[in-house]
Amino acid sequence: MNKKIKFRVNGKRVETEVPTNRLLIDYLRYDLGLTGTKEGCSVGVCGACTVLMDGDMITSCLTLAVMVDGHDIITVEGLAKNGELNPVQKSFIQYGGFQCGICTPGQVVAATALLAENPKPNEEEIKDWMMGNLCRCTGYYKIIESIQKAHQFAK
Amino acid sequence: MIPFEYRTPKNLKEVNATLKEFGSDAKLIAGGTALVIMMKQRLVRPSCLVSLRSVRGLNAIELRNGGISIGGLATHREVEGSSLIRRRLPMLAETYHHVATLRIRNMATVGGGLAHADPNQDPPPSLIALGATVKATSANGSRSIPLDEFFKDYYETVLGPDEIITEVMVPKLAANTGAAYIKFLPRTADDYATVSAAAVLTLDKTKKNIADVRIALGSVGVTPIRATAAEALLRGQPLKAEAFAEAGEKAKEAVDPISDFRGSAAYKRDMAGVFVRRALERALADIRQQAKAKPAPKPAKKKIVKKKGKRR
Repeated sequence: MNKKIKFRVNGKRVETEVPTNRLLIDYLRYDLGLTGTKEGCSVGVCGACTVLMDGDMITSCLTLAVMVDGHDIITVEGLAKNGELNPVQKSFIQYGGFQCGICTPGQVVAATALLAENPKPNEEEIKDWMMGNLCRCTGYYKIIESIQKAHQFAK
Repeated sequence: MIPFEYRTPKNLKEVNATLKEFGSDAKLIAGGTALVIMMKQRLVRPSCLVSLRSVRGLNAIELRNGGISIGGLATHREVEGSSLIRRRLPMLAETYHHVATLRIRNMATVGGGLAHADPNQDPPPSLIALGATVKATSANGSRSIPLDEFFKDYYETVLGPDEIITEVMVPKLAANTGAAYIKFLPRTADDYATVSAAAVLTLDKTKKNIADVRIALGSVGVTPIRATAAEALLRGQPLKAEAFAEAGEKAKEAVDPISDFRGSAAYKRDMAGVFVRRALERALADIRQQAKAKPAPKPAKKKIVKKKGKRR
């Protein structure tokens, strides 16, 4: 069964018909080709599939595509503006905030949401916010450092 | 997931009509964070999802008769961030802050969480200890259900298939009341608890006797459990050091945990006793902290005088 939905992905309007049982992550990856968003645990624990809905981070593996009707979705592909990476992305590169990279899109999207609310978070605030973004390479020190220093790249 | 209809009614009347059309084959969905997992695992196979996401006006958090009314569609994030709840009932804001991760709390709703009835959840013990009631609405009207009578079994509540949780009402706390919720997390911060305990403690005017107490536990049975026998041990009794430990021992008789990777049944039972004691101690500390933070003009002065007297 299909349903018509209208929403925005990274600023672009999308008007489409989706199967009601299509998950948002599958719709983003396979229908829109936005493969930056990763699927890790599939049960809402690991944070790899984090995207923003109206600025709030959500778990795209537990969200049906039909549920984003009328909303504004930002994926990791939508963070850079006019080809320029956002401050969080630059900081992750500068301070080595990743190793294998599978969790990185989720980390970067989550950290972007954090800085939008709190431009200079302390370590405790970062840990509290990023709790649901797992990194199996255990690169947490570098991730925390990257987030703490991201404000340096803000204009 | 097998295919299903997806309906987006705009108000409760339309929700009721859609539920009637599909009967018990329909499932309500709000945040979907619990239901979608169950659907992915094929534990639930609804023929129709009735989305509450387009229904407006059911997410307000407001003061009512001194208590707090929380709309059924308020998200966990809205509860933990509500300045009203943080000011008047910080324990409840903290409880919701403990739930899973921020991404889940941005989507999961208060009503949806309760209807899901997973005995490992954080909010039920706190809400039971606070004496909260659930307002369930159907085409036939509304009824109010005390939360300690709401959960029937694992993932089962007293809600009918046509009923929607439209509101959770937390009554006004009596004077000299402290509240605490604690959970034992030996693994990770976003895990389900090995055991969780909530206590709401009220002292009498002299602050030497326990006027009232409510204790509830999570993760140690097929439903959240109210420890009524432990409460009875304390109610009306003088406040003394061993009382909380005795109540903890009593609470162990009320729980029925299962062995899993979060601990053996025997261990969880022991920890239930420990965490009930600690929750009561925290609730008492909460009363004392409140008295310090905003001293009520007369009694506080008296207390200070007494202390000085003791020092002499």
